[in-house]
Amino acid sequence: MKQIRRFDFWSAASLTILGLFGLFLIYPLGGLLKEAVFLPEKGFTLDAFRKFFGKSYYYSTIFNSFRIALTVMFLCLLLGIPFSYFYTFYKLKGRKFLFVLCLLCTMSAPFIGAYAWILLMGNNGLITNVLKGLGVRKFSIYGFGGIVLVQTLKLFPLVVIYMNGAFRNIDSSLMEAAESMGCKGVDRFFRVLLSLTMPTILAAALLVFMRSFADFGTPLLIGRGYTTFPVLIYNEYLGENGSDYHFAAAVSIIAVGVTGLFFLIQKLANSRFKFTMNAMHPVTAVNPKKVSGIFMHIYCYAVVAISMLPQVYIIYMSFRKYNNSILLPGYSLVNYQKAWSKSLLRATGNTLFISFATLAVIIMVAVLIAYLVVRRSNIINQAIDTISMLPYIMPGAVVGIALVIVFSHKPLCIAGTLGIMIVALAIRRLPFTSRSATATMMSISPSIEEAAISLGASKLASFVKITVPMMSNGIISGAVLSWVSIITEMSSGVILYNNRTITLTIGTYVAINNGVYGVAAAFATVTTLLTIVCLVVYLKFTRLEDIRM
Amino acid sequence: MVCGSRTVSALPLGNELRGSAMSVDINIRHAVKKYGENVVIPDLSLAIHNKEFFTLLGPSGCGKTTLLRMIAGFNTIEGGDICFNGKEVNAIDPGKRNIGMVFQNYAIFPNMTVRKNVEFGLKTRRIPADRIKEETDRFLSLVHVDQYADRMPDRLSGGQQQRVALARALVIRPDVLLMDEPLSNLDAKLRIEMRTVIRDIQKNVGITTVYVTHDQEEAMAISDRIAVMQAGVIHQCGKPQNIYLRPVDLFVATFIGKSNLLKGKLLLDGKAVRVQFADSYIVDIPYISEEQRKPQEVVISCRPEELVINVDERGEGIHGIIKDSVFLGLNTHYFVELDSGEQAEVVQESNIDDILPPGKHVRLMVKTSKINIFNADTHMSIMQGVKLLTE
Repeated sequence: MKQIRRFDFWSAASLTILGLFGLFLIYPLGGLLKEAVFLPEKGFTLDAFRKFFGKSYYYSTIFNSFRIALTVMFLCLLLGIPFSYFYTFYKLKGRKFLFVLCLLCTMSAPFIGAYAWILLMGNNGLITNVLKGLGVRKFSIYGFGGIVLVQTLKLFPLVVIYMNGAFRNIDSSLMEAAESMGCKGVDRFFRVLLSLTMPTILAAALLVFMRSFADFGTPLLIGRGYTTFPVLIYNEYLGENGSDYHFAAAVSIIAVGVTGLFFLIQKLANSRFKFTMNAMHPVTAVNPKKVSGIFMHIYCYAVVAISMLPQVYIIYMSFRKYNNSILLPGYSLVNYQKAWSKSLLRATGNTLFISFATLAVIIMVAVLIAYLVVRRSNIINQAIDTISMLPYIMPGAVVGIALVIVFSHKPLCIAGTLGIMIVALAIRRLPFTSRSATATMMSISPSIEEAAISLGASKLASFVKITVPMMSNGIISGAVLSWVSIITEMSSGVILYNNRTITLTIGTYVAINNGVYGVAAAFATVTTLLTIVCLVVYLKFTRLEDIRM
Repeated sequence: MVCGSRTVSALPLGNELRGSAMSVDINIRHAVKKYGENVVIPDLSLAIHNKEFFTLLGPSGCGKTTLLRMIAGFNTIEGGDICFNGKEVNAIDPGKRNIGMVFQNYAIFPNMTVRKNVEFGLKTRRIPADRIKEETDRFLSLVHVDQYADRMPDRLSGGQQQRVALARALVIRPDVLLMDEPLSNLDAKLRIEMRTVIRDIQKNVGITTVYVTHDQEEAMAISDRIAVMQAGVIHQCGKPQNIYLRPVDLFVATFIGKSNLLKGKLLLDGKAVRVQFADSYIVDIPYISEEQRKPQEVVISCRPEELVINVDERGEGIHGIIKDSVFLGLNTHYFVELDSGEQAEVVQESNIDDILPPGKHVRLMVKTSKINIFNADTHMSIMQGVKLLTE
């Protein structure tokens, strides 16, 4: 509908959001680009890029990261799709429990898993020692294999969550139609189910790829010389040889280029699958046959158990007696005592404050964007939509560096405040929330708002009283998962934090770095606890099936 | 008096609903609707009378919903004007036109109970709480959903949601009730039941109503007057029987009800005006308008009930062979292939004798007082008493 509109609330919202994006996204990116190609003493220069592509130590990190991300992506699909298929189409024992565990797996800080696997299978790990006793010696958790293992176990639940939604959107009549034409069982799984869910599979693949590519904690801890992109950025930024903003910025630009390229490839692949589905009769789960049923249960529970193992082990370790990094026999609360003295309380407080503030910001912005994009489509709002997706291809470390570069000096010096942490996290999370808000908005018929307007409500009132409440289900289910990914966010925070703005996740990282492993375990346990509390509250309000990223 | 400044409290509060809403007449003069360069409604004029049930009827995409939304104010108007009681409303917001609107998908607020839905419009008008309850209760019981007042909408059937939508639109005592294909999502039986409900309530409340539908039977059952639209143009506007019996052109003849179209010639024989069918079957037609009484190629539109089967195959009429028949209880439909290759459908009251078998040779005669004749080139009716627009 084309109309000549007066300047109203929505025009103001449009301009405000554009302004915020300009200040906190475009301006830092511009600063990053300038830092990468400009040196005060030399003017414009491509030295940093020459340096990067000149040494295999540097450019091999691209291949390393790409290899890891691709491997993790395929393994996650391989683990996650069958898991989700069994979960959606068959009545498994303890379905809910299984799914909650699955969610918990993905909700830990990334490197906690890495750290736990080192404790379990590192040089002096529990499992390593058991295997040594059995005479098995030739394996290592460090390097490529370890990174892939940790990331796969952490990220496969994302595939499960995505695929559950997609499978539930398939109308049972489609399955029956396939069967009536003689296509069933494994054949139907590949020819009908997978092709119907291909858009979702691609979306999940992209998400896993991006997460894996941007992950910084895992390769740092468990990589041992297998350097990835984000680690390189971090080392150059805070390296032992002094910080090199110029080079870190250049590497960041290259990183964005690589992820952007992959994003475009995915979009291209996705454009081949343009169809919409909405199940009137979703598939109902049936009881599995005996033998295959046993196999399904073993598969699902084994995968979840292995994924949960690190977190359980960390909780256990947090109650062990430690003398700094030396593990002593027996149990105690000494780790918590020490953590307390190392600002556990402040970290918890910061974590809660930052996460809720960020959540409030992104929900507000996402809802406004959704409305503007869906109901007020014009050039400015299309631009807002596109810009809001930009952070999707920016690894956390890049966001961190970009913000530090432009906001650590005048005119706007906010580096080192909680504010900049909130900005960084909001930027990182916005694409997901605004995507899901836009999707929810699209499903709301415009005539509902028109009904309110025809009854005399103003446009703003009909938005607040009708549209927002109708979106709230979608918003809440997205918000809780956002919240969890905010409190476990690490890659941008580690660049931006200082002693005053430390969070739980960063506290864990700092403790590991200082070698006080017991304290790290205590920090990690508190984080896990918070996550569980949040998840329980969340499940009180939402049906398990409605969970979205 | 159009604006929302009038409050409901100024209205009488008796139990009698008739006359409690202040109805209006609607005048549309040379309205134009464009989407960019695409002209949807080129030039449309229409007068809708006070308290009238007026239907916009046409195939999908004909612009009827666009026009309704222009009256509501959800669509802008690019030329001409729309007046309520003589006052132009072109630039007035929908919320201030004092309209009640019922949407195709009902647009019931899913996050509110039935009662809250109906109260919504009253609350935005800041009516005192006791008045809100009183009015809401009255309209809930008027549409017979009072027993579901505290239910959420997802626990209502389609027909019940429809009733809630109607109550919600009427409770604010609008000047105009606008309905956009309100029955299209209901099953056939409920559709017939609800159209009676809507008709009764409209008469009871006495409110100017504009109704949009593509279902010609529904339009005829419910309306005082119908405007038949195609491609943004009103072809004919009048009472249902007017449109059915004397369609203005071939489009209206075929869109409203079923019509068999047969080719023929208009002949003058002294004072008599005759129509000759393909099979040299000739009938006298005295109802041709004066200025059209000249020899010309014509198309004759005969509704199935306007054809009569003559079983004497050597007798009078157009020769044809029965291809198929459908027995529907009261009536029997015959499908007849004429020698010219044209197909004709004939309805006869079922009688106790056997149904005529396929392959039987018959002759078809026409009821001369009922058939309509159109010029073959212009497709316009050449009958007497045809009115394009009735005021």
